[in-house]
Amino acid sequence: MAEQKLPDVGPDTSPETRHLSRRKFFTYAGLSAVTAATLAACQKDLRGGQPSAPYAQDDPHNKPANTVNLGSGDIGILNYAYALEQLEAAFYIRVTSSLYAGATSKEKMYLEDIRDHEIAHREFFKTALGKKAIGPLLFDFSSINFSSRASVLGTAKAFEDLGVSAYNGAGELIQNADYLLLAGKIVSVEARHAAAIRDLLNYGSFADATVVDNNGLDVYRKPAEVLSIAGTYIETKIIANNLPTS
Amino acid sequence: MNLQHVLTEIEKIDPEVYDRLDGRRQAVKSLATAGGKIALAAVPLALGSLLSKAYGQPATGQIINVLNFALTLEYLEAEFYNTGLASAGLIPSGEDRMAFETIALHENEHVQFLKAAITQLGGMPVAKPTFDFTAGDGSGMGPLAGVFANYSLFLAVSQTFEDTGVLAYKGQAANLISSNEILRAALRIHSVEARHAAHVREIRSRRQSDPLVVGMPQPWITGNQSNIATNLVQPSYNGEENTVQAGVQIVGINGFAIDGNDASEAFDEPLSKEQVLMIVDPFIV
Repeated sequence: MAEQKLPDVGPDTSPETRHLSRRKFFTYAGLSAVTAATLAACQKDLRGGQPSAPYAQDDPHNKPANTVNLGSGDIGILNYAYALEQLEAAFYIRVTSSLYAGATSKEKMYLEDIRDHEIAHREFFKTALGKKAIGPLLFDFSSINFSSRASVLGTAKAFEDLGVSAYNGAGELIQNADYLLLAGKIVSVEARHAAAIRDLLNYGSFADATVVDNNGLDVYRKPAEVLSIAGTYIETKIIANNLPTS
Repeated sequence: MNLQHVLTEIEKIDPEVYDRLDGRRQAVKSLATAGGKIALAAVPLALGSLLSKAYGQPATGQIINVLNFALTLEYLEAEFYNTGLASAGLIPSGEDRMAFETIALHENEHVQFLKAAITQLGGMPVAKPTFDFTAGDGSGMGPLAGVFANYSLFLAVSQTFEDTGVLAYKGQAANLISSNEILRAALRIHSVEARHAAHVREIRSRRQSDPLVVGMPQPWITGNQSNIATNLVQPSYNGEENTVQAGVQIVGINGFAIDGNDASEAFDEPLSKEQVLMIVDPFIV
Protein backbone atom coordinates (compact mmCIF):
# COMPACT_ATOMS: atom_id res chain seq x y z
CA MET A 1 0.00 0.00 0.00
CA ALA A 2 1.13 3.50 -0.79
CA GLU A 3 0.12 4.46 2.72
CA GLN A 4 3.20 2.75 4.08
CA LYS A 5 5.52 4.75 1.89
CA LEU A 6 4.51 8.08 3.34
CA PRO A 7 6.82 9.53 5.98
CA ASP A 8 5.40 10.02 9.43
CA VAL A 9 4.77 13.73 9.37
CA GLY A 10 1.02 13.95 9.18
CA PRO A 11 -1.16 16.84 10.23
CA ASP A 12 -0.79 17.64 13.88
CA THR A 13 -4.25 17.69 15.33
CA SER A 14 -3.30 17.57 19.01
CA PRO A 15 -5.49 19.83 21.15
CA GLU A 16 -2.45 21.87 22.11
CA THR A 17 -1.48 22.60 18.52
CA ARG A 18 -5.04 23.37 17.61
CA HIS A 19 -5.20 25.84 20.46
CA LEU A 20 -1.95 27.55 19.47
CA SER A 21 -2.86 27.55 15.82
CA ARG A 22 -6.22 29.11 16.44
CA ARG A 23 -4.58 32.43 17.12
CA LYS A 24 -2.61 32.55 13.92
CA PHE A 25 -4.16 30.20 11.43
CA PHE A 26 -5.28 31.38 8.05
CA THR A 27 -9.01 31.60 8.05
CA TYR A 28 -10.44 30.81 4.70
CA ALA A 29 -14.04 30.40 5.70
CA GLY A 30 -16.50 31.64 3.16
CA LEU A 31 -19.98 32.68 4.18
CA SER A 32 -20.25 32.08 7.88
CA ALA A 33 -23.97 32.61 8.25
CA VAL A 34 -24.98 29.23 6.95
CA THR A 35 -26.89 27.52 9.70
CA ALA A 36 -26.21 24.03 10.91
CA ALA A 37 -29.64 23.02 9.71
CA THR A 38 -28.93 24.15 6.18
CA LEU A 39 -25.60 22.40 6.24
CA ALA A 40 -27.17 19.19 7.39
CA ALA A 41 -29.75 19.44 4.64
CA CYS A 42 -27.10 20.11 2.04
CA GLN A 43 -24.53 17.59 3.14
CA LYS A 44 -25.53 14.86 0.79
CA ASP A 45 -25.58 17.32 -2.05
CA LEU A 46 -22.27 18.92 -1.16
CA ARG A 47 -20.33 15.75 -0.62
CA GLY A 48 -22.38 13.54 -2.85
CA GLY A 49 -21.20 11.22 -5.56
CA GLN A 50 -21.47 7.62 -6.47
CA PRO A 51 -21.79 5.70 -4.22
CA SER A 52 -24.09 8.03 -2.33
CA ALA A 53 -22.51 7.66 1.12
CA PRO A 54 -18.75 7.20 0.68
CA TYR A 55 -18.03 8.57 4.15
CA ALA A 56 -19.63 6.64 6.98
CA GLN A 57 -21.42 9.17 9.15
CA ASP A 58 -20.57 7.33 12.35
CA ASP A 59 -16.83 7.35 11.69
CA PRO A 60 -15.39 10.47 13.31
CA HIS A 61 -12.40 10.42 10.93
CA ASN A 62 -14.73 10.77 7.98
CA LYS A 63 -17.10 13.38 9.33
CA PRO A 64 -16.85 16.78 7.71
CA ALA A 65 -14.81 18.92 10.06
CA ASN A 66 -15.20 22.56 10.98
CA THR A 67 -11.44 22.90 10.80
CA VAL A 68 -8.73 20.87 9.12
CA ASN A 69 -4.96 21.20 9.44
CA LEU A 70 -3.13 20.35 6.22
CA GLY A 71 0.03 19.52 8.13
CA SER A 72 3.63 20.11 7.14
CA GLY A 73 6.19 18.95 4.60
CA ASP A 74 5.21 16.83 1.62
CA ILE A 75 2.18 15.50 3.48
CA GLY A 76 0.95 19.06 3.87
CA ILE A 77 1.29 19.68 0.14
CA LEU A 78 -0.47 16.42 -0.70
CA ASN A 79 -3.30 17.36 1.67
CA TYR A 80 -3.43 20.77 0.01
CA ALA A 81 -3.87 19.05 -3.36
CA TYR A 82 -6.44 16.71 -1.79
CA ALA A 83 -8.42 19.72 -0.56
CA LEU A 84 -8.48 21.27 -4.05
CA GLU A 85 -9.48 17.97 -5.65
CA GLN A 86 -12.30 17.64 -3.12
CA LEU A 87 -13.52 21.07 -4.16
CA GLU A 88 -13.41 20.29 -7.87
CA ALA A 89 -15.02 16.86 -7.50
CA ALA A 90 -17.85 18.22 -5.34
CA PHE A 91 -18.49 20.98 -7.86
CA TYR A 92 -18.70 18.67 -10.90
CA ILE A 93 -20.81 16.13 -9.01
CA ARG A 94 -23.27 18.91 -8.26
CA VAL A 95 -23.10 20.22 -11.87
CA THR A 96 -23.78 16.84 -13.46
CA SER A 97 -26.46 15.80 -10.95
CA SER A 98 -28.83 18.18 -12.76
CA LEU A 99 -27.14 19.74 -15.73
CA TYR A 100 -28.23 23.20 -16.86
CA ALA A 101 -30.85 23.26 -19.61
CA GLY A 102 -29.70 23.28 -23.22
CA ALA A 103 -26.33 21.63 -22.63
CA THR A 104 -24.91 20.12 -25.81
CA SER A 105 -23.97 16.46 -25.88
CA LYS A 106 -20.31 17.52 -25.95
CA GLU A 107 -20.76 19.71 -22.88
CA LYS A 108 -22.46 16.86 -21.03
CA MET A 109 -19.74 14.40 -22.05
CA TYR A 110 -16.88 16.71 -21.06
CA LEU A 111 -18.40 17.70 -17.73
CA GLU A 112 -19.05 14.07 -16.82
CA ASP A 113 -15.56 13.04 -17.88
CA ILE A 114 -14.00 15.86 -15.87
CA ARG A 115 -16.15 14.89 -12.86
CA ASP A 116 -14.81 11.35 -13.05
CA HIS A 117 -11.20 12.57 -13.38
CA GLU A 118 -11.59 14.80 -10.32
CA ILE A 119 -13.15 11.97 -8.32
CA ALA A 120 -10.20 9.78 -9.35
CA HIS A 121 -7.78 12.47 -8.17
CA ARG A 122 -9.65 13.00 -4.91
CA GLU A 123 -9.90 9.32 -4.07
CA PHE A 124 -6.27 8.76 -5.07
CA PHE A 125 -5.06 11.35 -2.56
CA LYS A 126 -7.42 10.06 0.12
CA THR A 127 -6.13 6.52 -0.33
CA ALA A 128 -2.47 7.43 -0.71
CA LEU A 129 -2.52 9.69 2.34
CA GLY A 130 -4.35 7.10 4.41
CA LYS A 131 -4.47 8.10 8.06
CA LYS A 132 -2.66 11.33 7.28
CA ALA A 133 -5.46 12.56 5.04
CA ILE A 134 -7.55 15.51 6.12
CA GLY A 135 -11.25 14.74 6.46
CA PRO A 136 -13.91 15.68 3.94
CA LEU A 137 -14.45 19.41 3.52
CA LEU A 138 -17.77 21.20 3.52
CA PHE A 139 -18.47 23.42 0.56
CA ASP A 140 -20.58 26.48 -0.04
CA PHE A 141 -21.70 26.75 -3.65
CA SER A 142 -24.43 29.29 -2.92
CA SER A 143 -22.79 31.86 -5.21
CA ILE A 144 -23.10 29.52 -8.21
CA ASN A 145 -26.26 29.35 -10.29
CA PHE A 146 -26.27 25.70 -11.34
CA SER A 147 -29.10 26.23 -13.81
CA SER A 148 -27.04 28.81 -15.71
CA ARG A 149 -24.57 27.66 -18.35
CA ALA A 150 -22.54 30.85 -17.95
CA SER A 151 -22.32 30.47 -14.18
CA VAL A 152 -21.40 26.78 -14.31
CA LEU A 153 -18.82 27.02 -17.10
CA GLY A 154 -17.45 30.29 -15.72
CA THR A 155 -16.90 28.66 -12.34
CA ALA A 156 -15.42 25.56 -13.96
CA LYS A 157 -12.97 27.74 -15.87
CA ALA A 158 -11.98 29.55 -12.68
CA PHE A 159 -11.52 26.26 -10.78
CA GLU A 160 -9.44 24.64 -13.53
CA ASP A 161 -7.19 27.65 -14.06
CA LEU A 162 -6.83 27.89 -10.27
CA GLY A 163 -5.93 24.21 -10.06
CA VAL A 164 -3.27 24.55 -12.75
CA SER A 165 -1.77 27.58 -11.00
CA ALA A 166 -1.85 25.76 -7.66
CA TYR A 167 0.06 22.72 -8.90
CA ASN A 168 2.49 24.94 -10.81
CA GLY A 169 3.20 26.82 -7.59
CA ALA A 170 3.35 23.74 -5.36
CA GLY A 171 5.85 21.66 -7.33
CA GLU A 172 8.83 23.48 -5.87
CA LEU A 173 7.52 22.91 -2.33
CA ILE A 174 7.70 19.11 -2.76
CA GLN A 175 10.85 17.32 -1.56
CA ASN A 176 10.13 13.79 -2.75
CA ALA A 177 10.64 13.20 -6.49
CA ASP A 178 7.92 10.53 -6.63
CA TYR A 179 5.34 12.95 -5.26
CA LEU A 180 6.56 15.62 -7.66
CA LEU A 181 5.97 13.23 -10.57
CA LEU A 182 2.46 12.45 -9.29
CA ALA A 183 1.65 16.15 -9.12
CA GLY A 184 3.01 16.46 -12.66
CA LYS A 185 0.78 13.63 -13.88
CA ILE A 186 -2.26 15.45 -12.52
CA VAL A 187 -1.49 19.07 -13.42
CA SER A 188 -1.36 18.47 -17.17
CA VAL A 189 -4.79 16.85 -16.99
CA GLU A 190 -6.06 19.92 -15.10
CA ALA A 191 -4.59 22.05 -17.89
CA ARG A 192 -6.41 19.91 -20.48
CA HIS A 193 -9.61 20.49 -18.51
CA ALA A 194 -8.96 24.23 -18.36
CA ALA A 195 -8.43 24.39 -22.12
CA ALA A 196 -11.53 22.28 -22.81
CA ILE A 197 -13.78 24.40 -20.60
CA ARG A 198 -12.33 27.60 -22.03
CA ASP A 199 -13.00 26.33 -25.55
CA LEU A 200 -16.60 25.52 -24.59
CA LEU A 201 -17.08 29.04 -23.26
CA ASN A 202 -15.14 30.93 -25.90
CA TYR A 203 -13.64 28.80 -28.65
CA GLY A 204 -9.96 29.59 -29.08
CA SER A 205 -9.37 30.91 -25.55
CA PHE A 206 -7.60 27.70 -24.44
CA ALA A 207 -4.33 29.51 -23.62
CA ASP A 208 -5.08 33.20 -23.89
CA ALA A 209 -3.10 36.07 -22.42
CA THR A 210 -5.09 35.99 -19.16
CA VAL A 211 -3.27 32.77 -18.23
CA VAL A 212 -0.10 32.66 -20.35
CA ASP A 213 2.47 35.46 -20.00
CA ASN A 214 4.77 36.84 -22.67
CA ASN A 215 7.44 34.25 -21.88
CA GLY A 216 4.89 31.58 -22.76
CA LEU A 217 4.57 30.57 -19.09
CA ASP A 218 1.29 29.54 -17.42
CA VAL A 219 0.02 31.09 -14.18
CA TYR A 220 1.36 29.85 -10.84
CA ARG A 221 0.17 30.69 -7.34
CA LYS A 222 1.40 30.07 -3.80
CA PRO A 223 -0.86 28.02 -1.49
CA ALA A 224 -1.97 31.03 0.59
CA GLU A 225 -3.25 32.82 -2.50
CA VAL A 226 -4.94 29.71 -3.88
CA LEU A 227 -6.68 28.96 -0.57
CA SER A 228 -7.79 32.54 -0.26
CA ILE A 229 -9.47 32.35 -3.69
CA ALA A 230 -10.90 28.88 -3.09
CA GLY A 231 -12.11 29.97 0.34
CA THR A 232 -15.16 31.55 -1.22
CA TYR A 233 -16.44 28.04 -1.84
CA ILE A 234 -15.06 26.20 1.20
CA GLU A 235 -16.97 26.26 4.46
CA THR A 236 -14.37 24.32 6.44
CA LYS A 237 -11.54 26.37 7.91
CA ILE A 238 -8.24 25.22 6.48
CA ILE A 239 -5.10 25.65 8.57
CA ALA A 240 -2.26 25.98 6.10
CA ASN A 241 0.40 27.74 8.12
CA ASN A 242 2.60 24.67 8.49
CA LEU A 243 2.99 24.17 4.75
CA PRO A 244 6.53 24.50 3.42
CA THR A 245 7.34 27.88 1.91
CA SER A 246 10.31 26.90 -0.23
CA MET B 1 14.01 23.87 -1.81
CA ASN B 2 15.23 23.65 1.75
CA LEU B 3 18.96 24.20 1.49
CA GLN B 4 19.78 22.84 4.90
CA HIS B 5 17.74 19.78 4.10
CA VAL B 6 19.66 19.24 0.89
CA LEU B 7 23.00 19.52 2.66
CA THR B 8 21.84 17.26 5.48
CA GLU B 9 20.81 14.65 2.94
CA ILE B 10 24.15 14.89 1.18
CA GLU B 11 25.92 14.59 4.53
CA LYS B 12 24.17 11.26 5.13
CA ILE B 13 25.89 9.68 2.15
CA ASP B 14 28.99 11.82 2.23
CA PRO B 15 29.96 12.83 5.77
CA GLU B 16 32.82 14.87 4.32
CA VAL B 17 30.55 17.15 2.34
CA TYR B 18 31.31 20.24 4.38
CA ASP B 19 35.04 19.57 4.18
CA ARG B 20 34.78 19.11 0.46
CA LEU B 21 33.07 22.41 0.21
CA ASP B 22 36.46 24.06 0.25
CA GLY B 23 36.73 23.80 4.04
CA ARG B 24 34.27 26.61 4.38
CA ARG B 25 31.99 24.67 6.64
CA GLN B 26 30.79 27.66 8.54
CA ALA B 27 30.18 29.69 5.41
CA VAL B 28 28.11 26.91 3.96
CA LYS B 29 26.09 26.48 7.12
CA SER B 30 25.48 30.20 7.25
CA LEU B 31 24.35 30.14 3.66
CA ALA B 32 22.01 27.29 4.45
CA THR B 33 20.57 29.06 7.44
CA ALA B 34 20.22 32.31 5.58
CA GLY B 35 18.75 30.57 2.55
CA GLY B 36 15.37 32.12 3.02
CA LYS B 37 16.81 35.60 3.14
CA ILE B 38 19.01 35.40 0.07
CA ALA B 39 17.37 36.46 -3.17
CA LEU B 40 15.51 33.41 -4.32
CA ALA B 41 17.23 33.34 -7.68
CA ALA B 42 20.66 33.42 -6.12
CA VAL B 43 20.23 30.35 -3.94
CA PRO B 44 20.31 27.63 -6.60
CA LEU B 45 23.24 29.36 -8.24
CA ALA B 46 25.12 29.65 -4.97
CA LEU B 47 24.45 26.01 -4.14
CA GLY B 48 25.36 24.95 -7.65
CA SER B 49 28.72 26.64 -7.54
CA LEU B 50 29.45 25.25 -4.08
CA LEU B 51 28.64 21.72 -5.15
CA SER B 52 30.56 22.03 -8.37
CA LYS B 53 33.61 23.00 -6.36
CA ALA B 54 33.04 20.10 -4.01
CA TYR B 55 32.55 17.37 -6.56
CA GLY B 56 34.31 18.72 -9.60
CA GLN B 57 31.16 18.38 -11.71
CA PRO B 58 28.77 21.27 -11.94
CA ALA B 59 25.52 20.51 -10.10
CA THR B 60 23.95 22.87 -12.58
CA GLY B 61 25.28 20.65 -15.36
CA GLN B 62 22.35 18.28 -15.08
CA ILE B 63 19.91 21.17 -15.09
CA ILE B 64 21.55 22.69 -18.16
CA ASN B 65 21.36 19.31 -19.90
CA VAL B 66 17.65 19.07 -19.17
CA LEU B 67 17.07 22.62 -20.39
CA ASN B 68 18.99 21.94 -23.61
CA PHE B 69 16.87 18.83 -24.13
CA ALA B 70 13.75 20.96 -23.63
CA LEU B 71 15.16 23.61 -25.95
CA THR B 72 15.60 21.01 -28.69
CA LEU B 73 11.92 20.05 -28.39
CA GLU B 74 10.86 23.68 -28.42
CA TYR B 75 12.98 24.36 -31.54
CA LEU B 76 11.19 21.42 -33.16
CA GLU B 77 7.73 22.72 -32.26
CA ALA B 78 8.49 26.36 -33.08
CA GLU B 79 9.88 25.59 -36.52
CA PHE B 80 7.02 23.20 -37.22
CA TYR B 81 4.42 25.90 -36.56
CA ASN B 82 6.44 28.71 -38.16
CA THR B 83 6.69 26.62 -41.33
CA GLY B 84 3.05 25.61 -41.15
CA LEU B 85 1.87 29.20 -40.80
CA ALA B 86 4.09 30.21 -43.74
CA SER B 87 2.72 27.44 -45.98
CA ALA B 88 0.06 29.02 -48.17
CA GLY B 89 -3.29 27.27 -48.11
CA LEU B 90 -2.39 24.86 -45.29
CA ILE B 91 -4.12 26.27 -42.21
CA PRO B 92 -7.67 27.54 -42.76
CA SER B 93 -8.10 31.21 -41.93
CA GLY B 94 -10.20 32.18 -38.94
CA GLU B 95 -10.34 30.10 -35.76
CA ASP B 96 -7.76 27.52 -36.82
CA ARG B 97 -5.20 30.05 -37.99
CA MET B 98 -5.64 32.14 -34.85
CA ALA B 99 -5.14 29.04 -32.68
CA PHE B 100 -1.91 28.10 -34.43
CA GLU B 101 -0.67 31.69 -34.25
CA THR B 102 -1.21 31.51 -30.47
CA ILE B 103 0.55 28.15 -30.22
CA ALA B 104 3.45 29.27 -32.44
CA LEU B 105 3.87 32.41 -30.36
CA HIS B 106 4.21 30.34 -27.18
CA GLU B 107 6.68 27.89 -28.71
CA ASN B 108 8.88 30.72 -29.97
CA GLU B 109 8.68 32.34 -26.52
CA HIS B 110 9.72 29.03 -24.94
CA VAL B 111 12.78 28.92 -27.21
CA GLN B 112 13.82 32.41 -26.17
CA PHE B 113 13.09 31.76 -22.50
CA LEU B 114 15.09 28.53 -22.38
CA LYS B 115 18.05 30.03 -24.23
CA ALA B 116 18.14 32.88 -21.72
CA ALA B 117 17.81 30.50 -18.76
CA ILE B 118 20.64 28.27 -20.00
CA THR B 119 22.89 31.27 -20.58
CA GLN B 120 22.05 32.63 -17.13
CA LEU B 121 23.13 29.35 -15.55
CA GLY B 122 26.47 29.60 -17.32
CA GLY B 123 25.61 27.02 -19.96
CA MET B 124 25.69 27.10 -23.74
CA PRO B 125 22.30 26.78 -25.47
CA VAL B 126 22.40 24.07 -28.13
CA ALA B 127 22.11 25.29 -31.71
CA LYS B 128 18.88 24.70 -33.56
CA PRO B 129 19.11 21.40 -35.42
CA THR B 130 18.11 21.04 -39.06
CA PHE B 131 14.68 19.42 -39.10
CA ASP B 132 13.01 17.10 -41.55
CA PHE B 133 9.30 17.17 -40.71
CA THR B 134 8.61 14.30 -43.09
CA ALA B 135 10.35 12.14 -40.45
CA GLY B 136 12.82 11.16 -43.15
CA ASP B 137 16.06 11.83 -41.29
CA GLY B 138 17.02 14.47 -43.84
CA SER B 139 15.75 12.75 -46.98
CA GLY B 140 12.72 15.02 -47.09
CA MET B 141 10.78 11.98 -48.27
CA GLY B 142 9.89 10.30 -45.01
CA PRO B 143 6.51 8.78 -44.11
CA LEU B 144 5.08 12.22 -43.26
CA ALA B 145 5.90 13.72 -46.66
CA GLY B 146 3.40 16.44 -47.51
CA VAL B 147 2.90 17.47 -43.89
CA PHE B 148 2.89 21.16 -44.90
CA ALA B 149 0.46 20.60 -47.78
CA ASN B 150 -1.99 18.26 -46.05
CA TYR B 151 -3.84 19.88 -43.11
CA SER B 152 -5.08 16.55 -41.83
CA LEU B 153 -1.49 15.32 -41.53
CA PHE B 154 -0.31 18.62 -40.07
CA LEU B 155 -2.93 18.34 -37.30
CA ALA B 156 -1.98 14.75 -36.55
CA VAL B 157 1.70 15.67 -36.22
CA SER B 158 0.81 18.75 -34.15
CA GLN B 159 -1.23 16.68 -31.70
CA THR B 160 1.61 14.19 -31.37
CA PHE B 161 4.22 16.90 -30.82
CA GLU B 162 2.10 18.60 -28.15
CA ASP B 163 1.22 15.40 -26.29
CA THR B 164 4.86 14.29 -26.50
CA GLY B 165 5.99 17.67 -25.19
CA VAL B 166 3.72 17.33 -22.16
CA LEU B 167 4.98 13.85 -21.37
CA ALA B 168 8.61 14.84 -22.00
CA TYR B 169 8.58 17.79 -19.58
CA LYS B 170 6.84 15.59 -17.02
CA GLY B 171 9.62 13.04 -17.31
CA GLN B 172 12.25 15.67 -16.50
CA ALA B 173 10.61 17.33 -13.48
CA ALA B 174 12.49 15.20 -10.97
CA ASN B 175 15.80 16.23 -12.53
CA LEU B 176 15.02 19.86 -11.76
CA ILE B 177 13.97 19.34 -8.14
CA SER B 178 17.11 21.04 -6.81
CA SER B 179 16.20 24.38 -8.37
CA ASN B 180 12.92 26.00 -7.37
CA GLU B 181 13.10 28.64 -10.07
CA ILE B 182 13.86 26.30 -12.95
CA LEU B 183 11.38 23.65 -11.81
CA ARG B 184 8.66 26.28 -11.55
CA ALA B 185 9.41 27.58 -15.05
CA ALA B 186 9.41 24.06 -16.48
CA LEU B 187 6.07 23.29 -14.86
CA ARG B 188 4.64 26.51 -16.24
CA ILE B 189 5.76 25.55 -19.76
CA HIS B 190 4.47 21.99 -19.23
CA SER B 191 0.90 23.12 -18.52
CA VAL B 192 0.92 25.45 -21.54
CA GLU B 193 1.86 22.48 -23.73
CA ALA B 194 -1.07 20.59 -22.20
CA ARG B 195 -3.43 23.45 -23.08
CA HIS B 196 -2.10 23.33 -26.65
CA ALA B 197 -2.53 19.56 -26.82
CA ALA B 198 -6.12 19.85 -25.59
CA HIS B 199 -6.97 22.43 -28.24
CA VAL B 200 -5.38 20.58 -31.16
CA ARG B 201 -7.34 17.52 -30.04
CA GLU B 202 -10.47 19.66 -29.95
CA ILE B 203 -9.83 20.86 -33.51
CA ARG B 204 -9.42 17.24 -34.64
CA SER B 205 -12.56 16.13 -32.78
CA ARG B 206 -14.56 18.58 -34.88
CA ARG B 207 -13.31 17.04 -38.16
CA GLN B 208 -15.18 13.78 -38.33
CA SER B 209 -14.56 13.40 -42.07
CA ASP B 210 -10.81 13.82 -41.57
CA PRO B 211 -9.24 10.58 -42.91
CA LEU B 212 -6.59 10.57 -40.16
CA VAL B 213 -9.05 11.05 -37.29
CA VAL B 214 -9.89 7.76 -35.59
CA GLY B 215 -12.82 7.69 -33.19
CA MET B 216 -13.56 10.86 -31.27
CA PRO B 217 -10.44 12.62 -29.97
CA GLN B 218 -11.01 14.30 -26.62
CA PRO B 219 -8.88 16.95 -24.90
CA TRP B 220 -7.40 14.19 -22.69
CA ILE B 221 -5.70 10.92 -23.65
CA THR B 222 -7.82 7.77 -23.34
CA GLY B 223 -5.91 4.55 -22.79
CA ASN B 224 -3.01 4.40 -25.23
CA GLN B 225 -5.16 5.64 -28.11
CA SER B 226 -3.69 8.31 -30.35
CA ASN B 227 -6.92 8.78 -32.35
CA ILE B 228 -4.55 9.02 -35.33
CA ALA B 229 -4.74 6.57 -38.26
CA THR B 230 -1.10 5.54 -38.22
CA ASN B 231 1.06 3.41 -35.96
CA LEU B 232 3.97 5.81 -36.48
CA VAL B 233 2.88 7.93 -33.50
CA GLN B 234 2.17 5.00 -31.17
CA PRO B 235 5.46 5.28 -29.20
CA SER B 236 4.20 8.64 -27.87
CA TYR B 237 1.09 6.99 -26.43
CA ASN B 238 2.33 3.62 -25.20
CA GLY B 239 2.13 3.48 -21.43
CA GLU B 240 -0.66 6.06 -21.23
CA GLU B 241 -3.07 3.22 -20.44
CA ASN B 242 -1.63 2.94 -16.93
CA THR B 243 -4.28 2.92 -14.21
CA VAL B 244 -2.13 2.27 -11.12
CA GLN B 245 -0.64 5.32 -9.39
CA ALA B 246 1.84 4.93 -6.52
CA GLY B 247 0.56 1.40 -6.02
CA VAL B 248 -3.07 2.53 -5.90
CA GLN B 249 -5.47 1.03 -8.47
CA ILE B 250 -7.61 3.90 -9.76
CA VAL B 251 -10.22 1.72 -11.51
CA GLY B 252 -13.16 1.41 -9.13
CA ILE B 253 -11.25 3.23 -6.42
CA ASN B 254 -13.06 3.25 -3.07
CA GLY B 255 -16.21 1.94 -4.75
CA PHE B 256 -16.59 4.80 -7.21
CA ALA B 257 -17.61 4.17 -10.82
CA ILE B 258 -14.21 5.02 -12.29
CA ASP B 259 -13.52 2.80 -15.30
CA GLY B 260 -10.27 2.14 -17.12
CA ASN B 261 -10.81 5.02 -19.55
CA ASP B 262 -11.45 7.52 -16.74
CA ALA B 263 -8.49 6.20 -14.76
CA SER B 264 -6.06 6.50 -17.67
CA GLU B 265 -7.38 9.91 -18.73
CA ALA B 266 -7.05 11.34 -15.20
CA PHE B 267 -3.25 10.95 -15.14
CA ASP B 268 -0.79 11.79 -17.93
CA GLU B 269 2.28 9.53 -17.86
CA PRO B 270 5.89 10.66 -18.28
CA LEU B 271 8.19 9.80 -21.18
CA SER B 272 11.89 9.35 -20.48
CA LYS B 273 14.51 11.40 -22.31
CA GLU B 274 15.57 8.25 -24.20
CA GLN B 275 11.98 7.55 -25.30
CA VAL B 276 11.53 11.13 -26.47
CA LEU B 277 14.82 11.18 -28.36
CA MET B 278 13.80 8.01 -30.19
CA ILE B 279 10.46 9.60 -31.07
CA VAL B 280 11.98 12.81 -32.44
CA ASP B 281 15.07 11.23 -34.00
CA PRO B 282 13.58 10.84 -37.52
CA PHE B 283 12.78 14.58 -37.47
CA ILE B 284 16.34 15.64 -36.66
CA VAL B 285 18.86 15.62 -39.49
